[in-house]
Amino acid sequence: MPAFDRAASAPGAASSAFSRRRFLGTASAAGLGAAGLSACSDSGSTTDSQGRTVVEWWNIQTTEPSKSVWPERAKAFEAEHPDVRIKLVTLENDAYKSKMTALTSSGKLPDIYHTWGGGVLQQQIDAGLVEDLTSSVSSLADTFVPASVKPYQFDGKTYAVPVDIGAVGFWYNKALFAKAGIKAPPATWADYLDTVKKLKSAGITPIALAGKEKWPGMYYWAYLAMRVTGVDGMQKAADAKDFTGDDFVKAGEHLKELVALEPFQKGFLGAAYSTPNGEAALMGNGKAAMELMGQWAPVVQADSGKGIGKDLGFFPFPAVAGGKGTVTDVFGGGGGYALRKGAPEAAVDFLKFFLTAESDRILVSKGSMMPVVKDATSALTDPNLRLVSDILGKATGFQLYLDQAYPPAVGQEINDSVAALIAGSKSAEQVARSVTQVAKSQ
Amino acid sequence: MTSTYVKDPTPATAPPEQPDNRARRPLARRVVDWLTAFCFTLPALLLFGALVLAPILYALYVSLFNWGGFGAPSDYAGLDNYSRLLQDPVFLGDLWRGLLLVLFSVCVQLPFALGMAVLLNQKLRGRALYRMLFFAPYVLSEVITGVLFSMIFAPDDGLADKALGSVGLDGLGGLWFADQDHVLATLFLVMTWKYFGFHMMLYLAGLQGIPAELHDAARIDGAGPWQRFRHITLPLLGPTLRISVFLSVIGAIQLFDLVWVVTQGGPDHHSETMAVTMFQFGFKRYQMGYASAISIAMFLISLVFALAYQRAVLRRDTEGALTTMRASR
Repeated sequence: MPAFDRAASAPGAASSAFSRRRFLGTASAAGLGAAGLSACSDSGSTTDSQGRTVVEWWNIQTTEPSKSVWPERAKAFEAEHPDVRIKLVTLENDAYKSKMTALTSSGKLPDIYHTWGGGVLQQQIDAGLVEDLTSSVSSLADTFVPASVKPYQFDGKTYAVPVDIGAVGFWYNKALFAKAGIKAPPATWADYLDTVKKLKSAGITPIALAGKEKWPGMYYWAYLAMRVTGVDGMQKAADAKDFTGDDFVKAGEHLKELVALEPFQKGFLGAAYSTPNGEAALMGNGKAAMELMGQWAPVVQADSGKGIGKDLGFFPFPAVAGGKGTVTDVFGGGGGYALRKGAPEAAVDFLKFFLTAESDRILVSKGSMMPVVKDATSALTDPNLRLVSDILGKATGFQLYLDQAYPPAVGQEINDSVAALIAGSKSAEQVARSVTQVAKSQ
Repeated sequence: MTSTYVKDPTPATAPPEQPDNRARRPLARRVVDWLTAFCFTLPALLLFGALVLAPILYALYVSLFNWGGFGAPSDYAGLDNYSRLLQDPVFLGDLWRGLLLVLFSVCVQLPFALGMAVLLNQKLRGRALYRMLFFAPYVLSEVITGVLFSMIFAPDDGLADKALGSVGLDGLGGLWFADQDHVLATLFLVMTWKYFGFHMMLYLAGLQGIPAELHDAARIDGAGPWQRFRHITLPLLGPTLRISVFLSVIGAIQLFDLVWVVTQGGPDHHSETMAVTMFQFGFKRYQMGYASAISIAMFLISLVFALAYQRAVLRRDTEGALTTMRASR
């Protein structure tokens, strides 16, 4: 518990036995008067026994290489700022989420904490728990890849800085495309359906899909909806909680066109994503020609299959004729850091330090993050990730993953009803209607 | 029939003044007795209340709200969650699939376990080894079983399809868990593999308790194997059979982990159970109120079944036990 860790020393007050029980002190602070307990109050900063300001930094970097890069960056900052101590609290992804749920309802967040932006961050902002960073990090604003900041901006204000950013697109097997006589990756949806037909008639499984897990199927619907109605249309639908418009029905119908070609591997409805016979393994073993997946795809392909090395290529989701969205609108998400309301000034200083171009280059080259600072892009050497970084750099619009942008129930309903559409038990209208119904009930 | 034999002499031998004695003891003494008993059961009652009753009551309370899990429930919804339950095709499907699994378990899995138990109760070389082998799947964790069988039943590359293919039976292979029409049957196959050993062990224990003399006597009277099974083994195994049916049904109603690992309820809800639906709504969608309504429905179904089964089927077993106890005192 953070209250325990903050322990030692309100200046000149209380015995050490008392400060170890600070959480009791906090509870009774009102009764005792603020005098010796000022360090307990929510807005004030905490100091350690050497008088340094303690900044708690909650992150989810439990795996290498970032697991060791993060503490190194904290040490580097402390070396420059002897009066500050960065205290890392590192939690595993799911544990972090449930811990944050509890902290949010108690109204006390860590000084610096990981966020994926979207609906959850908005909830915390609405509860008045998050510091508005618009002016304090304005010096950085122009240095960021524009798409990377989008998940943390609400009503023109910025509430977090990005540290990682990724995007979804088609990963394809160049050798299999060549075998089917396909010269270039498809640029339009009609082309795309044609490509699928060509692959199929060449005896190649066109698409690997993890039907059991539902979210990979959702990517198709989400991208089609973005291409048909545009990023603004997506925002309007989310605000009005109404997805029944023609555009969303059309997106579902386009997906139906694809499903009708039976492009997926045998038994895709029972397939998982990263198991030895799942979606990524099929791609990694060269048994399927493409998958729609995020920037992590090459790593997982090589991990659960053999990996196809130089044969792997990437192309953005094709445009849909007559659609309001463009081929340069990107669907994705990343991670960033937000500050609690009233976090110490040192926390802002740390974020500015952490996200200089120089520092981000270290995060990219050593910590395997995607570059969020424009000038750090050159540090990215992996050719596959450069492709993703390219489309992010040129993005004209950005849509956050739907299950992060929307409340959990809506995100799950989209996954669930799109899975039903792919399995053939729901029509495009039914998908639009059931998603709207859940959205309205929230 | 054993119980009537024991019951008859009871009134004659039991001293008739005993109940009167108890009634004549002074009131104060009885209050003290009662208090002593209460003090001794209090810790158990407190634990039961805090760990069993309180969560049930809390779930009941939460099921009356639309609640996302943040803060305290405030959006009172009355019985809306329950009426939504009755219109939810997934939940109604859960009920249907639950019923199918119960029927399969009782009509296929248990007779199979009984057959194996009878076979393994005979003098047989390597009997202990067979018993251990058949019981082993029950000891395996559900998650390991799930992962194992999702590999075995992987279309084309899995062991099942390869094995069928190698003996020229490719036609019997298929999509297994990936096929909406076959997923439940495949799942039941795995359940049988996993749980029949447990029921077999119960039956074996019951079979050991049947005196060999009865079989010998029947054999002398000229009864064949089927007659001996039908008129000796089956009736005397009655109490074991009834308990095993009870455990099997309750297990099928609450089935979760195996399904979650293998299919997550898919494809398209065709293998979803009540517990899976509850998990989806509670911990994926954060609709705690609706998830609680599902859990209360599960609780009521289990409770009604348990009570009805106790009264209608298990009563004679427990009554017999109680009579025997009284007589032996």
